[in-house]
Amino acid sequence: MSPRAAARLATLGFTRVYDYAAGKADWGSFNLPLNGRAGTETRAGAHVRSDVPTCRLDEPLRHVCQRVEKAGWDTCFVVDEAGIVIGRLGRSALRGQQEQSVGDAMMPGPSTVRPSARLEAMVKRMHEQNLSNLPVTTSDGRLVGLLMREDAERVVPR
Amino acid sequence: MPISIDRDEVQRLVAEEAAHVVEVLPASEYEDEHIAGAINIPLKELNEQATRLLDRGRPVIVYCYDYQ
Repeated sequence: MSPRAAARLATLGFTRVYDYAAGKADWGSFNLPLNGRAGTETRAGAHVRSDVPTCRLDEPLRHVCQRVEKAGWDTCFVVDEAGIVIGRLGRSALRGQQEQSVGDAMMPGPSTVRPSARLEAMVKRMHEQNLSNLPVTTSDGRLVGLLMREDAERVVPR
Repeated sequence: MPISIDRDEVQRLVAEEAAHVVEVLPASEYEDEHIAGAINIPLKELNEQATRLLDRGRPVIVYCYDYQ
């Protein structure tokens, strides 16, 4: 639809017309602000905990475990140099054999949701799949934070 | 000739050139959610009169939901 609108504006004499064809779906999936009845506050991205720990593949697992425990978390996301999520260390990995590498201990390719996901749907999903949290990433895989079920249910009671 | 842009360029044009951002979906969809700062001129109403509020000296960015 937007290419037709851009073409229409050109016929009306506008000379600097730009088409953002990816539109508000793309905008929201990168956690950029949306207004309106179903604006940003009703989306997962507005309620994540962004202080969830991250580590790199080449860090010693022992150091990662110490850091995560000190920060009061029981999970850690493994990210590459661009901040793209490549794996997750869960409770068992953080409490297990710490001599292995982060790469061996992590669960690769964890399921993620976009910041624009409707909070109500995420609460339903966590309930149905018995999940305590959902990792939130942008469309290109960069970590935004962790959506905790308790936080989401405070906003959208079941 | 309209130029296709990505979100980074949208942000740059708004910040540096005070671009108009126009959602061309119907009003109900705009009211449901829209890019912060965008105005609404539905495609079916995109005519000379509706565009009078746009400053022709500034860039105009149009968008809808996605590529569909």
